[in-house]
Amino acid sequence: MKRLLSIELQKLFKNRSSKVLILAYFVLLSLIALIASLKFNIGSFEINIAEQGIFNFPYIWHFNTYIASILKLFLAIVIVSMMANEYSYGTLKQNLIDGMSKKEFILSKFYTIILFALISTVFIFILSLILGYSFSSYDEISIVTTEMEYLFAYFVKLVGFFSFCLFLGILIKRSAFALGFLMIQFIGERITFGILKKHFLSDKMANDLYDLFPLESMSNLIKEPFTRLSAISNLETAIGGEKVWRFYGVHFSEISIVIVWTFIFILTSFYILKKRDL
Amino acid sequence: METILTITNLNKIYGRKIHAVKNLSFEIKKGNVYGILGPNGSGKSTTLGITLNVVNKTSGDYKWFDGTMETHEALKKVGAIIERPNFYPYMTAEENLKLVCKIKNIPLQKVEEKLDLVGLLDRKEDKFSTFSLGMKQRLAIASALLNDPEILILDEPTNGLDPQGIRQIRDLIRIIASQGTTILLASHLLDEVEKVCSHVVVLRKGEMLYQGTVEGMLSSEGFFELQADDMNLLKSTLKKHPAIDKIINEEGKLLVYLNSVLDAKDLNIYLFENNIALNHLVKRKNSLEEQFLQLTNNN
Repeated sequence: MKRLLSIELQKLFKNRSSKVLILAYFVLLSLIALIASLKFNIGSFEINIAEQGIFNFPYIWHFNTYIASILKLFLAIVIVSMMANEYSYGTLKQNLIDGMSKKEFILSKFYTIILFALISTVFIFILSLILGYSFSSYDEISIVTTEMEYLFAYFVKLVGFFSFCLFLGILIKRSAFALGFLMIQFIGERITFGILKKHFLSDKMANDLYDLFPLESMSNLIKEPFTRLSAISNLETAIGGEKVWRFYGVHFSEISIVIVWTFIFILTSFYILKKRDL
Repeated sequence: METILTITNLNKIYGRKIHAVKNLSFEIKKGNVYGILGPNGSGKSTTLGITLNVVNKTSGDYKWFDGTMETHEALKKVGAIIERPNFYPYMTAEENLKLVCKIKNIPLQKVEEKLDLVGLLDRKEDKFSTFSLGMKQRLAIASALLNDPEILILDEPTNGLDPQGIRQIRDLIRIIASQGTTILLASHLLDEVEKVCSHVVVLRKGEMLYQGTVEGMLSSEGFFELQADDMNLLKSTLKKHPAIDKIINEEGKLLVYLNSVLDAKDLNIYLFENNIALNHLVKRKNSLEEQFLQLTNNN
């Protein structure tokens, strides 16, 4: 495992563009802290974001993992191009000739994905701890440690999403087309859902089926945290007339759907590589 | 003699239609320099691709060494370059070779030695993308030699190189061969094979036409070039001789092909006894090129 990781990391970090992208990704992640300094005025009120409770434990776990997962697109580009490059440089072929097995090849990429997801998770964990202890109104250990399942959900979400990117890279061979396909998949899932719901299935069945789609299942893992803020939910109640109930938690079933997709993507990648004449 | 690669009844069909390799069988023995000859599209690269784990076979079998190892493990003891040098353009020569060391699971010490062997030691800090084609090809050879392989496989190593580059690669191949490394060289350049190989396998349209030593391929009976004052008499007299297979008239000379051994001296005596004095008598053997063209056209 160490050997495979060191092979893959050498390929990544000797490449200037992926180095820059990875660096930019972590810089942007740490910029979440800057939200704390955001202030804006509505009329004569001055609103300080940090004081609206977004950095309160345990809400901060939810908020930060949600924001951080938006940035995953940066690493997605790195992962798609690290695979597409192997095709265009002919190095996939050469690696195999040099004595790497196809299984080792996929594993070296998958280990890298796990490493990226793990480092991102640890990074967000530390960042949230620092921000939380600086701004949170509560800092008792029992409150700090609740809802930490969001970190696990974040990790699973990243692994699933990056595995999808790797699969697209292997299937399509060109990074631009693979990223284009990712967009199409994103839009396609919504359109399919709309059509199914309107014409073919009952609302409940369509909703249940929609939860099984790969990108939707990943985005389900961490739901949007904004309506959970007291300021916004009060606003909603005031406008809507009654309180809207939503579930914000991480469900075991949602986690398992994404894990199943991860396995499907990695195993299919391996199968494609095995069947293809290079 | 130890066997390095055994191929038995190998077949490859691309997309149900193109039968690229047809029932091919041959063996590579340790210590020889083999040439695989064949026109473009004869299945050379496909055959090598299959044994190197990048192309899937349709049927048949191949085994490396004694067949106890998995292919990818066996390939760690093989050095191979196919078609064009494939490296990471953004890494330096040295970094690329170190990566290959990691893949082959061998220590990094050999990198400098092999760079020196191919004359790239002073360029080791330079990125692969700045290299000329000849340098890229030499780096590929250095990379293939990193593990001191049991066998070196080269697929068209001089393709696209200038005369100096071709010369450098050829000299390198000779040096490596002289150190006792088994070499398998696929090429359509016949003089290249004639100059460096001891054995040849000839392919055409995926079928094997000949397998054996280069000597064996050249030393068919040979042919005579003859010329006399009365060419018609010469021709009719020759036709009566039992050792003569066929006679071709070319540029005022008769090319006389034999079906059994016949010395120039004996032919001369025979013709003299029949009242013919020759102006021109040369006994020749086909070059590998002529032999190859005959072989690939006849069948």
